[in-house]
Amino acid sequence: MTTTSPPVVVSDVPPVDSSRPTRRRRRSWIGWGFVGPFMAVFALVFLAPIAYSIYLSLFRTQMVGGTQFVGFDNYARAFSDPQFWSGVTRVGLFLLVQVPIMLGIALLIALAIDSGRLYGKNFFRISIFLPYAVPAVVATLMWGFMYGTRFGLVGNINDALGTSIPNPLSPDWVLLAIGNIVTWEFVGYNMLIFYSALRVIPTSLYEAAELDGASQWQVVRAIKIPAIRGSLVIATIFSIIGSFQLFNEPSILQSLAPNAITTYFTPNLYAYSLSFSGQQYNYSATVAIIMGVLTMIVAYVVQLRGMRKEA
Amino acid sequence: MSIRTTRTLRAVAATGVVALGLAACSGGGDSGSDSGSGGSADDVAAALEEGGSLTVWAWEPTLEQVVADFEAEHPDVDVELVNAGTGNDQYTALQNAIAAGRGVPDVAQVEYYALPQFALSESVADLSAFGADELDGTFTPGPWSSVQQGEGVYGLPMDSGPMALFYNEEVFAQHGVEVPTTWDGFVEAARALHAADPNVYITNDTGDAGFTTSLIWQAGGQPFQVDGTDVTVDLGDEGSTQFAETWQTLIDEDLLAPVSSWSDEWYQGLGNGTIATLAIGAWMPANLESGVPDGAGTWRVAPLPQWEEGASASAENGGSALSVPAASENQALAYAFLEYANAGDGVQTRVDGGAFPATTAELESDEFQSYESEYFGGQQINEVLAESAANVVEGWEYLPFQVYANSIFNDTVGQAYVSGTPLTQGLQDWQDASVAYGQEQGFTVNE
Repeated sequence: MTTTSPPVVVSDVPPVDSSRPTRRRRRSWIGWGFVGPFMAVFALVFLAPIAYSIYLSLFRTQMVGGTQFVGFDNYARAFSDPQFWSGVTRVGLFLLVQVPIMLGIALLIALAIDSGRLYGKNFFRISIFLPYAVPAVVATLMWGFMYGTRFGLVGNINDALGTSIPNPLSPDWVLLAIGNIVTWEFVGYNMLIFYSALRVIPTSLYEAAELDGASQWQVVRAIKIPAIRGSLVIATIFSIIGSFQLFNEPSILQSLAPNAITTYFTPNLYAYSLSFSGQQYNYSATVAIIMGVLTMIVAYVVQLRGMRKEA
Repeated sequence: MSIRTTRTLRAVAATGVVALGLAACSGGGDSGSDSGSGGSADDVAAALEEGGSLTVWAWEPTLEQVVADFEAEHPDVDVELVNAGTGNDQYTALQNAIAAGRGVPDVAQVEYYALPQFALSESVADLSAFGADELDGTFTPGPWSSVQQGEGVYGLPMDSGPMALFYNEEVFAQHGVEVPTTWDGFVEAARALHAADPNVYITNDTGDAGFTTSLIWQAGGQPFQVDGTDVTVDLGDEGSTQFAETWQTLIDEDLLAPVSSWSDEWYQGLGNGTIATLAIGAWMPANLESGVPDGAGTWRVAPLPQWEEGASASAENGGSALSVPAASENQALAYAFLEYANAGDGVQTRVDGGAFPATTAELESDEFQSYESEYFGGQQINEVLAESAANVVEGWEYLPFQVYANSIFNDTVGQAYVSGTPLTQGLQDWQDASVAYGQEQGFTVNE
């Protein structure tokens, strides 16, 4: 649902030649011929599913009574649905806490590797990026085993050191546990975005700074961070979308901690449960659309703010 | 029953994924199909004579041999066995096919707890006319009542899961604790075992809808009553309360291992003696043998502990039937296959393949009962399990939207396991959520 809309290429249609009407007609068809295949695929894979979801969200299907048109009833219901909003609040909290931590760590690592003072930087770069290559499902399963307080890593640490680390999969800690998994997975990815942005900064700037006697810290603050602001904004928007779409990790941990992760733990999980266990396809589509719009608004606001600072 | 089946049972209980919403759309039009529901036992014989082809959707592995034998016996009949997914996946595919009116199989495997949903929407055919109503007594009471809805018979039981207490004898012997015969005794034993070794728990439980409903069933509770589209949900009835009180003690005193069934920790716990018992369906032995090789020789089977001293009540936990979708154009022939597979020669074939049958003849046969299981230290486990099958309490019903209800079990009842919410409150919340859903779906609930 939250796919950021790709640029529409209408502007690529060649300007209409005003010389002769007969030619104009043929030309405009040629233009469509070029754009057509793209437009067809675009309509089929982007617009059609969204339109279908909106269509679905205007109906209600009951096991007894069949399908009927209900207008915006599903939307009204969603806005007063405490389960939906508890999910939204949860991913909102996740966004506010996990994203800054993850991006902060990624930025630190990128700066450290870029500084050239790190021994074996290629090794660090690849090993920190490696978790991103592990499928989220596998990563979550792996962490799930480690989180076990009886036979898992947490249990082993508690046994060996006599500590009493609380169960990461208890209701109070599970969001933190998920945040840890997501951070582990995506630090490398964001680091790579930052690092590649840092690499394109002209080295002449550093030389000039050195001549002026700037310290490393000043170089970072005055040259590096401003230069990669665009990447920071992009990474932030990706992370916002990722947070709002949180699904894989809670969905898989649910089988290990069924009571801590409810069926409405995140909005995506809620839409999934509604659709597949509750057969409420219509309401599920509604939830998905509201979440899509919500994500777009938040991402747009961040983008606006990011751009303004850049200007 | 196979490992895959039972794992799926668990998976279904956990995620409860099935698509039935489309069922309502398909109503009406389908009933007019050619050899439709007006069939008779004569039609079945005629259909066999005539031959034809059947598509069977099932994931039960022992059916493969049954299909081969059936085809050998009736050369004119061609049966295609398709694994269209396990449990929920298959139900989704089935509902889609029914809604689309195309590609509907002639026979489909449906678990007992999901069957009411299909029966209610008339997605599966009433088999009484073909002679299914005369099979009373062929099957054990639990599965037989599970395939009946009102006057109709909507499937033939394929396997069953009468409950028993699987226990680790070594653990009980080591700590000098008696194997409990009542649930009060179960609580006592739980305390004794946990006191003797803090790592040992009598059983694991993190809130499991299938398990909870089965124990309420055994206690004589009838929280779900269904009469057409009139549904009553009462999770505060006597049986439910009795379960809640006993289980509340176990939760309060931290006597249940907080390990989810079918998890890695669970298998480890079953193998190393930290989970001492399992009250579970009769399909468990095959799973223990394959999943807990370390436990070989230490596990035994005892009758399910009783709510009342000296009683012998039992309940079902899992199992599935074969049904004929109403949209099938070969209903008579499909029924012929059902009868062969689930009430005829096919049963023995499946028992030989490791399935736990639902038919009294096989359950009572000497060969079946005298089988000595090596894994269980030579115990004749089927004797205990068959007895349980005969003692299943009658009158239990599942909701026509049990799949959904089970999926929200941990949102409601499960909270009692991790917070201060009392179990009775959790059951009440479950009831409220189920009632709300039922009303939303157009049922008349609790009125």
